[in-house]
Formats: sequence, C-alpha cells, structure tokens
Amino acid sequence: MTDLLLQISAVILAVSIFIAVYRVAKGPSMPDRVIALDNIGINLISLVAVVSLILETTAFLEVMLLLGILAFIGTVAFSKFIEKGVVIERKRD
Amino acid sequence: MKSNDVILQTATKFVLFIILAFSVYMFFNGHHEPGGGFIGGLMTASALVLLLLAYDIEMVRNILPVDFKLVTAAGLLTAVGTGLGSFLFGVPFLSQTFDYFTFPVLGELELATALLFDVGVYLVVIGVTLTIIQTIGEDQ
Repeated sequence: MTDLLLQISAVILAVSIFIAVYRVAKGPSMPDRVIALDNIGINLISLVAVVSLILETTAFLEVMLLLGILAFIGTVAFSKFIEKGVVIERKRD
Repeated sequence: MKSNDVILQTATKFVLFIILAFSVYMFFNGHHEPGGGFIGGLMTASALVLLLLAYDIEMVRNILPVDFKLVTAAGLLTAVGTGLGSFLFGVPFLSQTFDYFTFPVLGELELATALLFDVGVYLVVIGVTLTIIQTIGEDQ
C-alpha cells in the first residue's frame, strides 16, 4: 500500500517536472525559463526524497540539501544576469 | 545603475553560514558515509560564490585576502606530505592507518590519516574553483 502511494507520488512529481520542462522550452520571456528551472530543481528534491523512501536508504539525504543550495545559487546568478548584465561585479558603487 | 540588493545581501548573511556548516559536515562525513573532500570543497566554494554574487570582487578580496593559487599549492603539498609521512614509519608511499583516541569532551573518536589527505583535496578544490571563477569574473 505504501509502495503504491510512493510510486503514484513519484509519477505525479515526474509529470510536474515534465510540465515545467514544457515551460522552459516554450516560455516567452527569460524570467519564465528561470522560474521554471527553479521549479524543476525543487521538484527534483521531492523526487529524490520519494526515491530514497522507495529504496529504503538514507544515503540520499545530503543530495536533497545539496540540490536546494545549488538551485538557490543558480537562480540568484540567473536573476542577477538578467537584471544587471553581469554576474559578478568588479566594484559595486 | 544604482540598485538595491538588501534582501539578497541580508539572506546571504544567514545562508552563507548554513552552507559553510553543511560543507564542513560533508567533509568530515566522508569516511563512513557519502561526502568527502571533493564535495566539501565544492560546497565551500559555492558559499563563497554566493558571497561574490551578493557583493563584489573587491569586497570579497577585502574580507578574504587569500591568493587562491597559493591555496591550491598548499593543498597539493599537504597531499604529497601525507604520502611522504609514511616513509617515517618504513612503510610504502601513501600507506594509511587509523586508530581510536579518547578526548575529554568528545569521547572516543576514530582518527584516520586519510583525513589529512582529504584536507589536501579540499584545499585544491577550493583553490582551483575560486581561481577559475575570479579569473572569469574580472571582465578585462
């Protein structure tokens, strides 16, 4: 029963990632794509959590934290590039 | 262009220490569980990248006046030094050993010489990553 629920939730998460991939490909503007990529990252964290429950292991717990940190840093870098044109400034005035 | 990044900078001040603590945890976790010098060094480097994103290169140079090429060299020297240290005990190059020690507060700990080699990997990864990013980040 729990196994079936976990598999159903994994499928739902995969479908939501697929919809976000559609938004990345179709998105008319650049911020749409960045938000969709952030969405994919967060859904991937949930998918890793569900998969680690299915496999009954705790070896993937660090992967979830790692994905959260990397998704945050990547989104910040993309947003800064869209807003200012540079990612790392030499001297902020 | 005048801009106001107060939310990003305030969030960075808190998130930075969480990422650094996580990287140290990953570094010391590497002997028995997933983790190790490579991923620990990458997480420390990504914490410093977040600092570079929220502030600028000059400020990061002021608060961290380190030449990262020297960090790479120090890491390589540490790794080679742990290999050469095994000659002191008359065993082949890069032989590793471990033992259990009892500390006053922490209790019994397993200390392995592989940790010293991991320190070298950690320093090399931080040095190479930040050298690449700072070199690319300077736009002339």
